[in-house]
Amino acid sequence: MAFSPACNRDGLTGMKTDTIETDTREAILLVGVNHETAPVEIREKLSFSPDEVPEALESLIIEAPVNEVMLFSTCNRVEVLFTTKTPGPAVAAIKQFICDFKTISGDAFENCLYRYNGDEAVRHIFRVASGLDSMMVGEPQIFGQVKEAYRQAVNKKTAGVILNRLIHRTFFVAKRVRSETGIGASAVSVSYAAIELGRKIFGDLAGRRVLLVGAGEMAELAVEHLVSHRVGEVYVANRTFERAVALAERFNGKAVSFKEIGDTLQFADIVISSTGAPEVVITKQQVKAVMRSRRNSPVFFIDIAVPRDIDAAVNRIENAYVYDIDDLKSVVDENLKQRRREAVKAERIVDQATLKFRTWYDSLDVVPTVVALREKMNVIADAELERTLRAMPDLADRERQALYTMADAMVNKIMHDPTLFLKKMAGKPDTEKNRYLDVIRRLFNLEE
Amino acid sequence: MTSTAAVIAVFVYMLSTGAYFAYLFVQKEYFYKYGYWLFAAGFAFHTIFMGMKVSMLGHMPGFSLSQTLFMAAWCVAGVFVLLHKKLDLKFFGIYVAPLVLIIMLFATLLPDTMHITASGGQTDMQLKDLKNSFWLIAHIVTVFFGEAAFALAGGVGAFYLIQEAAIKNKKRGFFFRRLPSLERLDAAGYACLVVGFTMLTLGLITGIVYARMVWGRFWAWDPKEVWSGLTWLVYAALLHQRLVVGWRGRRAAIMAIIGFCLLLFTFLGVNFFLEGHHGIFTSMQ
Repeated sequence: MAFSPACNRDGLTGMKTDTIETDTREAILLVGVNHETAPVEIREKLSFSPDEVPEALESLIIEAPVNEVMLFSTCNRVEVLFTTKTPGPAVAAIKQFICDFKTISGDAFENCLYRYNGDEAVRHIFRVASGLDSMMVGEPQIFGQVKEAYRQAVNKKTAGVILNRLIHRTFFVAKRVRSETGIGASAVSVSYAAIELGRKIFGDLAGRRVLLVGAGEMAELAVEHLVSHRVGEVYVANRTFERAVALAERFNGKAVSFKEIGDTLQFADIVISSTGAPEVVITKQQVKAVMRSRRNSPVFFIDIAVPRDIDAAVNRIENAYVYDIDDLKSVVDENLKQRRREAVKAERIVDQATLKFRTWYDSLDVVPTVVALREKMNVIADAELERTLRAMPDLADRERQALYTMADAMVNKIMHDPTLFLKKMAGKPDTEKNRYLDVIRRLFNLEE
Repeated sequence: MTSTAAVIAVFVYMLSTGAYFAYLFVQKEYFYKYGYWLFAAGFAFHTIFMGMKVSMLGHMPGFSLSQTLFMAAWCVAGVFVLLHKKLDLKFFGIYVAPLVLIIMLFATLLPDTMHITASGGQTDMQLKDLKNSFWLIAHIVTVFFGEAAFALAGGVGAFYLIQEAAIKNKKRGFFFRRLPSLERLDAAGYACLVVGFTMLTLGLITGIVYARMVWGRFWAWDPKEVWSGLTWLVYAALLHQRLVVGWRGRRAAIMAIIGFCLLLFTFLGVNFFLEGHHGIFTSMQ
């Protein structure tokens, strides 16, 4: 949109870019161990409890040559995310800090440690928060854990412009992955798969009555899940009545004797069975007998026992559904396959976001900011000039030229002080410089 | 002018059907929302069209096959829009929108000719008065709404059977994820049945009263009357069993589908295959 060849306002007129001090940019790095690189014996030695994290952050920001730092520690990973101008010494200092803090020798975990730099670090944190790096791909807890780690860094003021931006992007990416892919959509454990099926039968599980026959880790876990869905009364039957009483107490339920199972079937909507009995515990006749008094309301049998407790023929009774352990496992397998397919989509979202973050990161420097600011001024001046000149077609060339010159001069005058200020910023510490750059970019909306 | 409204309605129903199908394949919430709002818009145009038709004819449309179908589609759409919140079945438009669309297409393609012959020495004027009798209007409205509700019940029943088979046979296919729980489908089907049965009962009563007024007898063993009575009995049996012994789930779903088939025959088949006084309203020559 150059109106006049006489005045070239494109580029950086009146500013010598090479005079700005540009020492090396600070870099984003991440070091850590996870469930893939380190066995649990090492992870548990390295892990930081929630109380230790603030203390560790305080020490890190002082002791290590880092500008910003965040620490997250879960049972599957311990990672330090930081920005620094001197990557080598910073990594060494962080390692040393971990050795001192956790009183462990560096050799013990040296081989398990991974180190990501720049885009790799960004991609890694995006993947972690989206659940792509988790042992159980797509599990949702990690998102909350990243959030908590960030909260602690904010409390201790160890997160600055770069990490703030990075973590906000991370939340955005993780949410996008969750809503646009089916990565967390389906159950990938036997007990969850059972709950999911239950919901396909009953819709809402609230108020449904549960009968637990026998005991066992998986069965108890399933009952716990059910209780968290606010099911109604829980009945517990066991060969040893004391055990039934103990379990019933735990679930706030009622203990019934083994002989009463047949009667209890009248009320129970969900029956979870997991006994060590060699023979069938619930027969077709028993179920058939209660269907009438149940007024045919559906009943869902979850048979976790091997050998099976519930006669497979029960499944043939109307409104009765039986799932044994193999059925549930095949549901889980199917869901896992589904998750892996969805993970491919998620990786694509992560890649896009990494590129986008890179663009922002590159722009967060003095020269690009000055260039962008000046460009914005020129665009505005050009647009307004064009409008004004269109409204006054009778102007002589000399007068038009005068207007060009005036607009030019205004842009230069307006840009003078900010340019000087930004030049000065180039020599300031990164955290301060970044803060100003960030404000300026946001103030003039230079992101677009 | 009148037909323009019908064409717009058909077109909007078509868009709605498209949106619902998009929702079926790509499970995006907004497709379902578009689907419903387009459907509601289609229903609005449809209503305008029906209004115009009434003012043009000077009586309720329902005296030629074309009119009957317009009316039937309008009732199905209306019941769906009314019960939409209550049923809370997101995927359900996938059945209703194409159903309404197809009925509408047939209705627009058929010639709208009336074959009402003045029988028994009635003059045209008397005939017009007869058509505007309160009892006849009430009869048509209630019967059509009842049939529309039963059409929905039949659809819900079919979905129930699909979902039930998926759970029972442990073959979770395309529909398993998309369809709601069995309990919800069962409850929705039941709600449709109750509405349908109430309406059909009122329809039969008003019909009987009207018959008494016009022909001087309550019941004439006209084929349509017989089949309607039969349909009513089937639904009555279904509801009775449900209330007394708790017939529900698969059996209730199958019965709802059988009932709907019977209803379809009563609605269309009787006119084509059997003679009777309802036939003159919907003959096609």
